[in-house]
Amino acid sequence: MKRVGVFICHCGTNIAQAVDCEKVAQNAQAFPGVAFSTDYKYMCAEPGQDLIKKAISEHRLDRVVVASCSPRMHEPTFRKCLERAGLNPYLLEMANIREHCAWVHPDDKERATLKATELVRMAVAKVIQNEPLDRSTIPITKRALVIGGGIAGIQAALDIANAGHLVDIVEKEPSIGGRMAQIDKTFPTLDCSACILTPKMVEVANHPNVRLITYSEVEKVEGYVGNFEVTIRQKARSVDLSACTGCGLCTEKCPTKVPSEFEMEMMNRKAIYTPFPQAIPNKPVIDRENCRYFKTGKCGVCQKLCPAQAVDFTQEDQLVTERYGAIVVATGFDLFDDSVYGEYGYGRYKDVITGLHFERLVNASGPTMGKIKRPSDGQEPKNVVFIKCVGSRDEAKGKAYCSKTCCMYTAKHATLVREKIKDSNVYVFYMDVRTPGKGYEEFYTRTTDQYGAKYLRGRVSKIYEKGGKLIVRGEDTLLGRQIEIEADMVVLATAMVAKENAAELAQMIGFSYDQDNFYTEAHPKLAPVETHTAGVFLAGACQGPKDIPDSVAQASAAAVKVCGLLSKERMETEPTISIVNEAICAGCGMCVTVCPYKAIELKFIQERVDGKVINRRVASVNSGLCQGCGACTVACRSAALNLKHFTNEQILAEVDALCL
Amino acid sequence: MSVKDMQENWEPKILVFACNWCTYAGADLAGLSRLQYPPNIRILRVPCSGRVNPQFVLRAFQRGIDGVLVAGCHPGDCHYVTGNYFTRRRYLLMQRLLQYVGIDPERFQARWISGSEGPKFQQVVTEITEEIKAMGPNRKMRDV
Repeated sequence: MKRVGVFICHCGTNIAQAVDCEKVAQNAQAFPGVAFSTDYKYMCAEPGQDLIKKAISEHRLDRVVVASCSPRMHEPTFRKCLERAGLNPYLLEMANIREHCAWVHPDDKERATLKATELVRMAVAKVIQNEPLDRSTIPITKRALVIGGGIAGIQAALDIANAGHLVDIVEKEPSIGGRMAQIDKTFPTLDCSACILTPKMVEVANHPNVRLITYSEVEKVEGYVGNFEVTIRQKARSVDLSACTGCGLCTEKCPTKVPSEFEMEMMNRKAIYTPFPQAIPNKPVIDRENCRYFKTGKCGVCQKLCPAQAVDFTQEDQLVTERYGAIVVATGFDLFDDSVYGEYGYGRYKDVITGLHFERLVNASGPTMGKIKRPSDGQEPKNVVFIKCVGSRDEAKGKAYCSKTCCMYTAKHATLVREKIKDSNVYVFYMDVRTPGKGYEEFYTRTTDQYGAKYLRGRVSKIYEKGGKLIVRGEDTLLGRQIEIEADMVVLATAMVAKENAAELAQMIGFSYDQDNFYTEAHPKLAPVETHTAGVFLAGACQGPKDIPDSVAQASAAAVKVCGLLSKERMETEPTISIVNEAICAGCGMCVTVCPYKAIELKFIQERVDGKVINRRVASVNSGLCQGCGACTVACRSAALNLKHFTNEQILAEVDALCL
Repeated sequence: MSVKDMQENWEPKILVFACNWCTYAGADLAGLSRLQYPPNIRILRVPCSGRVNPQFVLRAFQRGIDGVLVAGCHPGDCHYVTGNYFTRRRYLLMQRLLQYVGIDPERFQARWISGSEGPKFQQVVTEITEEIKAMGPNRKMRDV
């Protein structure tokens, strides 16, 4: 006969004011198996835990029920308490009589007490069937993977590497740097973006603990926390990185010109190219889609001229498989497709551009060498109109969320126009100006007061071309009147959206994403960098629109989580997993197909039947992969599978105890 | 006590299978936010709504429970990737089975309540309690 101890917590007055705790303790005395029952003011406090420990030894208890707050809150506390008292921690059950009872039924003490009694009765019925379980440990692969080499990925990798762990960065593009490399200046300090980014790029590239895997993509992720097995596709670069010296002769002589993605197609690059001058690795790549050699089989100028003989047309994509203990996802964002707003004429009028185009236009190494010239005729624009919330905060055509950065980068752009073109007029159409952040509001105030940008509250209804000018027709809702501005250039503050293949990657690794394909954190307040998948962490704008400081902060936070994981030799795993009763398993394999973690395989066992040895097929659970969801237990037709700690018998016992 | 009195004082008992990651957390949030609802429900914690074997539901009805709610993460958000899809399919089958054996299928419900939806938890259990109350006690499958 099991000896169950029941401990009812008052939680100060939190529980006691709605539930008669003494009475619940009294009622519990009568439940089958209960050897001891009491109530106390604060069970989780030191004296409360001592009380439990003392009762365990005095009354020779071998099962414990604590009726208090949610097990999501204090289950670890009481499990430790049991451990200290010499009991297996899994011989504990909790009845949630605070969140699920006292707090939601404050006005009906009688029925709340009845409910609490029944919840305790269910927990007692379950705990009698609890079995001692042992946590096993698995080794941890001491290497981290960072997916994405933008500022978030770089920061996370640097922090992990500086803590002494090995880390790989997988970057899709030929160079690390990401979006921040495209940006000219950063708000609110107007630091040159490249000047603060490139030292970090160099640092991460030269770090002995970091390995850069550029021009590569993650193709497959298997395994689990501590032991991920990741297949990476290294795209054919056509240039041998170990031989290339980065002299640039090939790029110079390449006859093919292609619009540069980095320069937002406002400038050409060659078919063999480095994306931007400060690229890392600063070695070229051949764009096979546009290369004359790959298209026609004739040319090969780069190969002939290369003094290091580094150009290799025969290179092929390579698949490499690596093992990692933890993964940081820092894949960044894309820009909303502004052509959805036909009324703005983006894509139709050359001088209607996005904020990122403007960044390149104003950048010293950009297509105009930093002089603001409008794309259509290279003239200096005198009247520049900015339109905010293009794609953001618009459920009808765009995204419901606020892109967070646009208010500030538009203020920055307005400042830059006014600074570089003294006789210019700057108009900003806005819905609201949102500037939460250190020094942000001050920056915005400077933009209007010192730099004289004219902020107009309202939306733009139409942009059309007339006599070489763009006529911007909109509304000033504060003055309640229509306005028309003759603009030379219009800049759209485009929304940040999730990467095109964001959902695909999340499904590949196995964590969740929201309706906008941004990755979902484990808890919006208390676990902002974790995902619900153990060992996978988030950094940067892949989780939601973010500016640089936020991305960097989140990257460092993710790095700390990774370091915490990698600093251990072995990791404990939850023992609440499925087990197979081989005696009754029919080997049908239903469980194999429902398991989301591929944790179940069929194996053959040898048995003696009527003096003959036969091979019989049965299911077998990989304890390292099983996460304990219990899907297989329901799919099993012969009830051969059971989930430890949530067995069929335990749940039925709870149901029975409730329905008494 | 007359039969009429009994009916007036009768309160339904409803079993809620709540998945640990979404609905259990949603119920905790309802508590934290002090959102009141009728004290008729009893929450049974399971790791995933996909862990709920139809056998558990049938047993509860056999033992005289008045209503059963299975609640988990929203489709697509399952902590265990696909568990709630199984729940969704089983729910439809179960309703037909219950109808076949003569139990009002409305006594068995499945809902998606996330960890951030405390108010939704309150609303769902309040509605279901009202509905079951209107149906009266479950006497169909009770063991003799």
